[in-house]
Amino acid sequence: MTRVAIVGLGFVPAQRKTPQYSYREMTYRAARQAYEDAGISPKEVDCFITCAEDLHEGTSIFDEYTPDQLGAVHKPMHTVTHDGLVGLACAWMAIESGAAELVVIEAHSKASNILTLDDLTTYAMDPALTRPFSLSPHFVAGLEMNAFLTQSENTEEACAAAVVLNRLRAGKNPAAAYGGETTVAQVLRSKPLSAPLKEAEKSPTADGAVVAVVASQERARRLKGRPIWIEGISWISDSPSLESREWGQAFYAQEAAAGAFRMAQITDPLREVDLFEVDDTYAYKELQHLEAIGLYERGKAGRAVLDAAQGPKDFPVNLSGGCLGRGDLLEAKGLYQIVELVLQLRGEAGKRQRACARRGFALSWRGVPTTSGAAAVLSKN
Amino acid sequence: MARRVAVIGAGMTRFVRRAKETSRELAFGASRMALDSCGLSLNDIDCVVHGTAPDAFDGFHMKGEYLSDGSGAFRKPYLRCYVGGGTGVFAPIQGWMHVASGLFDTCLVVCEEKMSSCQPHPQGAFNSIFDHTTERPLGPNLLWIFALEMNRYMNAYGISQRDIAGVSVKNKKNALDHPAAQVAKETTVEEVLASEVLAWPVHRLMVSPVSDGAAAVILAGEEKARRLTDRPVWIQGVGWDLDTSYWTNRDLAYPQYVENAARRAYRMAGVREPRKEIHLAEPYDPFAYKELHHLEGLLLSEKGKAPEDLARGRFDREKGELPTCPSGGLMGVGNPIAAAGLMKICELFWQLRGEAGKRQVPGKPERGLAQAWGDLMQVGTVVVMGIK
Amino acid sequence: MTEVAQNVKWIGENWKKEEVLHGKVFTFSDRPQARYAWDTGEAIGRYLAGFKQGKILGVRCRGCQRIMVPPRIFCELCFRDISEWVTLKETGRIRTFSVCYVTWDMKRIRKPQIPAVIEIDGASEGMGILHLVEAPRGDKPWERLRAGTRVQAVWKPKGLRRGAVTDIRFWRVLTGNANAGH
Repeated sequence: MTRVAIVGLGFVPAQRKTPQYSYREMTYRAARQAYEDAGISPKEVDCFITCAEDLHEGTSIFDEYTPDQLGAVHKPMHTVTHDGLVGLACAWMAIESGAAELVVIEAHSKASNILTLDDLTTYAMDPALTRPFSLSPHFVAGLEMNAFLTQSENTEEACAAAVVLNRLRAGKNPAAAYGGETTVAQVLRSKPLSAPLKEAEKSPTADGAVVAVVASQERARRLKGRPIWIEGISWISDSPSLESREWGQAFYAQEAAAGAFRMAQITDPLREVDLFEVDDTYAYKELQHLEAIGLYERGKAGRAVLDAAQGPKDFPVNLSGGCLGRGDLLEAKGLYQIVELVLQLRGEAGKRQRACARRGFALSWRGVPTTSGAAAVLSKN
Repeated sequence: MARRVAVIGAGMTRFVRRAKETSRELAFGASRMALDSCGLSLNDIDCVVHGTAPDAFDGFHMKGEYLSDGSGAFRKPYLRCYVGGGTGVFAPIQGWMHVASGLFDTCLVVCEEKMSSCQPHPQGAFNSIFDHTTERPLGPNLLWIFALEMNRYMNAYGISQRDIAGVSVKNKKNALDHPAAQVAKETTVEEVLASEVLAWPVHRLMVSPVSDGAAAVILAGEEKARRLTDRPVWIQGVGWDLDTSYWTNRDLAYPQYVENAARRAYRMAGVREPRKEIHLAEPYDPFAYKELHHLEGLLLSEKGKAPEDLARGRFDREKGELPTCPSGGLMGVGNPIAAAGLMKICELFWQLRGEAGKRQVPGKPERGLAQAWGDLMQVGTVVVMGIK
Repeated sequence: MTEVAQNVKWIGENWKKEEVLHGKVFTFSDRPQARYAWDTGEAIGRYLAGFKQGKILGVRCRGCQRIMVPPRIFCELCFRDISEWVTLKETGRIRTFSVCYVTWDMKRIRKPQIPAVIEIDGASEGMGILHLVEAPRGDKPWERLRAGTRVQAVWKPKGLRRGAVTDIRFWRVLTGNANAGH
């Protein structure tokens, strides 16, 4: 088995709106940057993968519109309707199977162009059993947050603290759209969305694009850049049913993380991994995910987040600002996590740079109403 | 060298105009049949790949997520991949990568489409395949682009509608022997040409129907495959290729992307002379002309000469030198988009194992090819399978 | 020789027409609230602004020298930036066409539509756009059109143009098509 590395990266900073370019033009910018970073031409690439959903694009069979902006005309290329981390897994498999040596993955968000995002998300639910209630899709998060807080005895304050912390951190990240200062009290006072979930605890959407170049060890050696190795990758789906799923505990996160750690031969993540990017599409998700991946015992993640929000504490979670601070970038969420890990591991994270960053972990989630998640472990050695 | 991967089981539902079963039940039905065919249970499956074309047919956003349990993916690594109409032959390629990578030993590949849910007509799902700014304002429909391509193909090589109509006749007849077929019938070239003009040069009987259905295959790595069956059918070669989305800037006379995909698959399978080494083919036939167009792209006919080959019986199931669409294809069995492509993989599996019953191609074929196509006449997906 | 299908209970049962008509099919209807405002970006934004002025704009790539339409700010083949704009002619040739008698939901229409790929004069060979051709008289329009037939854009009046591809109403066959065909 060959090792597989990320050898090039390009991205457009997350922004609230991007009227200056079309999705094609935006992705092209990210691609140009990624190829320069890797020192390659797209002609050398064996296989291209886009992560996208038709209804987020407003185009049926969106994969039609994926090749040009990546320089992928007349190349093997396909689309995966999943988070970008699963795209990374597909790149990994394409290389390990011998089908490719050099793979490009892309995910983007033009969320600002979707005028009815909540309606679309509702359209992902069961037509006969759920849609007739005409609920905001965030009710699923409300149900889950309630179950999670009850089962774990974490507090609403701790969830609010995740918002404070991540917005603050996003202020140091030029690639984040929602950096700023807020307080736990302000978050708690924001309007209820689906109680106990509050308006300020939901990540606002943003536009952006990420392109990553992935290579086999052999191929990576012949390139100029410093490779960041993919040591573990894993993804899993739990139940799509709202009626029979296990509420409260993120089984998908637990299993995806376990799979990635196993593959990377990590037994004690807290000691062996230096930084973590975990999905925080909703504030409680950060706590829930931290417990599910085994970083904290049940009920203990909240305390850690509260402490970190109160003062300078070593809390290497979502140094990028997470979704709450960077913005919810739809299918590109996971690849923005990868951006943060790669920059940190290369020592290029500027004001956010964590000393001695050798190994990083990312966990992404598909969002409501799904129970699908993916995890990756990246290493600089 | 990556490890070898075999198809060890296959299943499909009947293809019907309006199924009583829901999307999830169709996916389940095909998956169950595939598992039963090789005596496996869901516990034996390490991961699941789902393939479906646009979300809009079934009426869901994130359709892959909604169908995960029907596809047997509960608490398993699961993803949905797609390349439009090419999906049915691409999904097993994605499954092949899953297993060949060494990450998984077994993989269930499921493709499903329930087009009848889309009202008033499933074509509605295709209205939004066009560029939202430069094309949709013109009110295009799906028939337009295929009629444009068919006309260009006819024009480039001097082919007539009569030359093409024979594909409908052959495939609808082949489908009479397929127990899951939706539009099998005995018909004639005259009848095809007399059917109403939908979008000249396309007549109604040159178009595949709207269908509901699902298909599934089980893949296994070499060691596992040999333990589970004494007749594995190996995936010998895979290839796929995507052309530019600026389809009005391309010459539609020849599907270069199909040739590129085929060449990759042949190289991997060690096929040097496809016309001799491929014993049967399931080219993609959503429209009658497409089968011929694709046979040329697959290098199984000369450019512009597939209609002549058809006329002299080269593609006949019983006596032809290269039987094509022995299943009855999309023109005869039906066209639940992604499921129809995977049906072609199922057909190769049954044919190469000698299990195709009345449809069995004579002469103990050892190697076959399945191909699908899609997007804006833009993607080719090819799988070469064989018993050696 | 065994047939796999023999021992199988086939799933996938069709509703019969009577069952549908007699209301036996229980359905739940829903329509997605899917609305978008797509950013046209630089290239298509300028292209549409050109339409409003009654001009068809293309771009030239300094790498492959192709003059392309619809315009783009990058060349998908050379994978480099494009910044040179060219005003193309409002005439062209039919590359391929169809005569369509049905709407997307398969309703018959009396006056057929004629979609065509039109190669625009002034652009590189093979560079076409999708548009509509005015129907010639007679009940077999395909006998009056061919690949290569020369056509000209018929614009909407200036005041009605709004920066959309429909600012061209349709393309009209130019008289004196003696050199039609390839």
